[in-house]
This record gives sequence, structure tokens and C-alpha cells, in this order.
Amino acid sequence: MSASWTQKRDRFGGLGVYTVIYLAFIYGPVLVLPIFSFNDSIYVAFPLKGFTFQWYEDMINNPGMLAALMNSLKVGGTVAVLSTILGTLAAKAVTRYRMPGRGPVVGFIMLPLVIPEIIMGIALLVMASTGGIPLSLLTIGVGHMLLCVPFAMVIMISRLEGFDKSLEEAGLDLGETPWCVFWRVTFPLVLPGLVASLMLTFTISFDEFILAFFLAGTDVTLPVFIWSQLRFPQKLPGVLALGATILTVTFIMITFAEWFRQRGDQLRKVS
Amino acid sequence: MSDEHIISIQGVSKEFAGVKAVNDVDLGIRRGEFFSLLGPSGCGKTTLLRMLAGFESPTRGEIFIDEQAMSAIPPHQRPVNMVFQSYAIFPHLDVRGNIAFGMRKSGLSKSEVNARVEEMLEMIKLPGYASRGATQLSGGERQRVALARALIKEPKVLLLDEPLGALDKKLREQMQLELRALQKRVGITFVFVTHDQEEALTMSDRVAVMSKGRVLQVEGPMGLYERPTTRFVADFIGTMNFFGGTVREAANGTASIDAGPLGQVRAATQDEAFTVGAEIVVAIRPEKLRLTFEAPGPAVNVAEGRMGPAAYLGDRSHLYVHLTGRDEPVAVAMQNEGRSAVGIDQTDQPVWLSWADDAIVLLPDE
Ligand SMILES: Nc1ncnc2c1ncn2[C@@H]1O[C@H](COP(=O)(O)OP(=O)(O)OP(=O)(O)O)[C@@H](O)[C@H]1O
Ligand SMILES: [Mg+2]
Repeated sequence: MSASWTQKRDRFGGLGVYTVIYLAFIYGPVLVLPIFSFNDSIYVAFPLKGFTFQWYEDMINNPGMLAALMNSLKVGGTVAVLSTILGTLAAKAVTRYRMPGRGPVVGFIMLPLVIPEIIMGIALLVMASTGGIPLSLLTIGVGHMLLCVPFAMVIMISRLEGFDKSLEEAGLDLGETPWCVFWRVTFPLVLPGLVASLMLTFTISFDEFILAFFLAGTDVTLPVFIWSQLRFPQKLPGVLALGATILTVTFIMITFAEWFRQRGDQLRKVS
Repeated sequence: MSDEHIISIQGVSKEFAGVKAVNDVDLGIRRGEFFSLLGPSGCGKTTLLRMLAGFESPTRGEIFIDEQAMSAIPPHQRPVNMVFQSYAIFPHLDVRGNIAFGMRKSGLSKSEVNARVEEMLEMIKLPGYASRGATQLSGGERQRVALARALIKEPKVLLLDEPLGALDKKLREQMQLELRALQKRVGITFVFVTHDQEEALTMSDRVAVMSKGRVLQVEGPMGLYERPTTRFVADFIGTMNFFGGTVREAANGTASIDAGPLGQVRAATQDEAFTVGAEIVVAIRPEKLRLTFEAPGPAVNVAEGRMGPAAYLGDRSHLYVHLTGRDEPVAVAMQNEGRSAVGIDQTDQPVWLSWADDAIVLLPDE
């Protein structure tokens, strides 16, 4: 009985077919992006025409798109740094100190993870307009912070929970000041978590649409800009070129992050 | 405070949210001795040790190390180092990085520090391990690295919190001997926390037995075993049979006591004044009882009973004897001198127990 079971599993069965279909479903559309970004036609349709760099030239020569890209990088970078700092501090408080009301506080910080973004978008917009706050990149950034802090906090809590508190005490015990212990012990050990948090929060902010759409003033972020371009068919290939570029950069970043995470896991196995 | 004491703990208490983890402890630890804190789980050993290292501050009282009050001195400036129960080896550093961690401010050059690290590796019998990653060490090796990392600092006192707890029995016994030999060689005062009484007795010059935050008795291993002063200590160290008793006569350092099933016993009274009529506890160790299958000759200290269950332990057997007028059987340890263990499978045989006058310990009734 058990022998035939294993034989069956060795063969390329239904599960294998499912896997292939699944992967094709996920990555097929994504791969279409770079392919059409080199296609010499404004219509995104098979059969492919010829090979061209024209859309990449269009992308570089489109000041609106570049401005939106810069806005997104600015907002994403700032949000990533700030939310990682806040998330780390909150995670440290939650994991290190026994404090009253810890459960509810953590619950409230995590709540934006489950509130529909459209609700948050409307709520923030109402707040901004009743408070007389002009819409700008700043309001977008504040909205993104609400989304990103919980993620940063979750990542850092899992990092700090696997962190033996006596490592820091050992540092003190061996004659280092608390400040030096932070740099020689704590920081190197939480670094993989910090990197993971920076990358995740940056990505969340970078491709966030709904809040950015509600909270944008005259300066828009890239997703909002791309959405506005979709009304003009001739602009589509330029968007594809941008998409392909972002895809490549993201792929490189994720590979790097994964390498970093695995290194961190190896370290954690000891402590 | 006398200067034979490197550590002097004076009236120290520590409360956590109303719980007294350490309760009014006075303790002097002598220069160069191997001192153990022994007690059951939760009795406050770690808390007391952490107050010495500076990770907790006393709620009341003061700690002096080498005649210097410690209350205002943070952990990184205290002349003590600690070996943590979890070893706390830095996972991002190799063995050399771990051992040299505390040498940054030593004023030694890099090559001098490396030479010191090599010396330490030699001492802990791990030569050639300098560039091993912390991840690649076994439990016993980590324990040694943690020891070297602390000893390279040449502290006045080394604090060890159950450093052998995570090791298997054989390695543990080996490390006990090594640690003891190392301590004698370097001459540093060791304060060693353990809940294993056998470990404390084998390794220490003196032991403080703790219970519920208090220190009950401080003494050398033999004194602790042979002359416990409280029922708790008598029970915690080794095995002990306890009997209720009433003092009938007391004079010239000996007392005659009516000890129920044991009959009339005589015992040397230590310094305590036992007044006639007082209720006290009579205690006797299993190996100090002699078991015979015939009535012994005319002796004062003898009790008759019936053989109960027995446990064969190889080198010796633990026999249990029922005495009339007592529910709990009396434990008797018997060396298995021949190859057929005496007392096994002889349930219900009549037996006699006898003992020497000085075998009995008298304890206050609590
Ligand atoms: N940081 C703390 N906060 C609150 N209570 C504590 C804290 N540390 C220790 N305690 C309490 O103080 C008492 C003594 O703890 P301690 O760790 O000193 O015991 P121990 O003798 O080392 O026990 P074990 O052998 O289990 O390690 C325990 O009741 C413990 O719950
Ligand atoms: Mg402890």
C-alpha cells in the first residue's frame, strides 16, 4: 500500500499540472509587460510587430511621469524610514517592558491592517478638508504611515522576540556602556529585520493607490499618474516601459532582501 | 565589614510588584572562595546574583564589593563578570570576537589581545577555535567560551547562574571538576548559583541555602549535611527521616528525647537550649541507620519494625521499614557489599534498626 503511494507521488501527477497553471497565471501577465515594452506598436496586442526602444525614450522624455516617479520615491523613502523607526520603538516597548494596557494598544496600532483603505481614504480626506489642511505629498505620506507602521511593527516584534535579552546584559557586563552595547550587539542583530522592514514599507507606499488618490494635491504619486494616463491609448506603451523598469529594479531588491533575511535566520538559530 | 569578605550583602531585599524575591539577606563572601547559592526554583538565587551584577537594584539594603558600595555603580563599571544561564554568546561574532568583546578598553594592542585570547582558548581547552562561528559550537563549547569571555577581564568576582544546567550528566560532572580546578588555579572568587544540591556540595567551599527569598544557613558542605539547623535545610540536602519528639531530660550537652516510634533517643544537643517538655524534631539520615534481621545486643538506640518496599540502586539499596505507630516508612540506605542485595524481596520480615548517639540531629519544631 505505502509503496504504491510513494510511487504515485513520484510521478508528475495532477499536483504538477496545477503548479504549472498557477505559476503561469501569476507570472504570465507580468512577463507580458517587458515584452510589449519593446514592441513597435502603440496597440498592446499580439502578434508582436518589431523591436524598439522608443517607449523607453518616451518614458525618459515624459516630465510628468518622471516627476511622479520622484514623488513616489520621496514619499516611499520617507515613509519607509519613519515607519521603521516608529515600528521598531513600538516593538521594543511591546517585547521588552511589561506595561498596562499592552494588548489594546497593540490592537489599535494593528487596526489599519484590516480597515478597508477606501474607508481610511475618505476619513483622512474629511479630516484634511475640515481641518483646512492643504492636500500635498505630506498628506499622502501621513496616510501611508498609518498603513506602514503596523507592518514595520510586526516585522520588528518577530525579530526582537527571538532576541535573547541576556545578550545585551552580557554586553553591559563586559564593560560596554549602554550606547556601545546598542551599536555592538543590538544593532547588528536587528539589522536584517530593519532592512526587511524598510523594503516592505517602501514597497507598500510605492504602489499604494487608493489613499494616494484621495489625499493627492497637485503633485501626484506614480500609481495615480499611471491611472490618469490610461485614458490615452498612445501613452500606454510608455507606462509599460516604466513598469518593466520597476519590475527589474524590484526583482534585484527582493533577491537582495531574501539573501539578507536568510543570513539573519542563520544568526537567530544560535540565540 | 571585615576585609576577608570581598562581597558583603547587608540587609538586602528585592520586591517585584509586592512579591519579595529576596528578603532581608545578610551575607559575606570570602576572598578567593567558591561560594554557592543553593535553593529550589523561585527562591531568589538569580535575583540575588543579578543584584551583584547590577542588573537589578535592591529595594532595601546595600551591597559592597571590595569595600565599595555598589548602589550607584552601573553594571558596566562593576568589578564582576557573569556567565549567563543561556551563555549569551554573541551570534554575530566568532569565538575570538566573543572572547575579546570586553577588551576594547583594556589598553592592549590588537596583537596583545589576540595573544590573550589564545591563552584563554588554551585554558578552556579549545585551542584553534578562534575563528569558529558562534553558530558552530556545541553546548559544552559555548559554556567554555562564555567562561573565557568573562575570565579574560580578570574580574574580582565571577558570577555563574546555573552554568551547567543545560549539559548532559557526564559532561556536567566533567565540567564540575574542571570549573573547580580552574577556580583554584586563577584564584578568583566564584559565586555559583545552582538548584542541584549534589553539585553545590561537590564544588563549593561554602554554600548558602535559600528558601523563599531568605538565606537559611551558610556553611561548608560537610557542616550543611551533618549539622543542618532547620528542617528545610535537612530535607533539601540529601534524604532525611523526621520524627516528632518531646524533650524529657537535657543536661551536659546531651538530651534524652521521647521520639514516638523510635522510643527513647539520646542525642548531643548543639548550642541550642532545649527545655524539658519542649516539642522538637528528631532527624536521622538513611545511611546512619543499621538494619539487622535479629535483635542487636544491648543497645540504647534500637527500634523494631517490619520490612516494607525496597529499591535496588546498584551500589546500594534504599529499604523502607514500617515502625509501629508511624504511617510513613523509615528510609534506610544499605551498601550492597555482597552480590546479593540484602533486604530485597523480604517484605514483612521483622527487622531492627539501630544507630549511634551522634547520628541524630535535633531541629527546632517550626
Ligand atoms: N523581573 C521580575 N518581575 C517580577 N517578578 C520576578 C522578576 N524576576 C523574578 N521574579 C520573581 O522573583 C522570584 C525569584 O525569582 P528568581 O529568578 O530569583 O528565582 P531562582 O531562585 O533563580 O529560580 P530558578 O531556579 O527557577 O532560576 C520568583 O517568584 C519570580 O517569579
Ligand atoms: Mg534562576
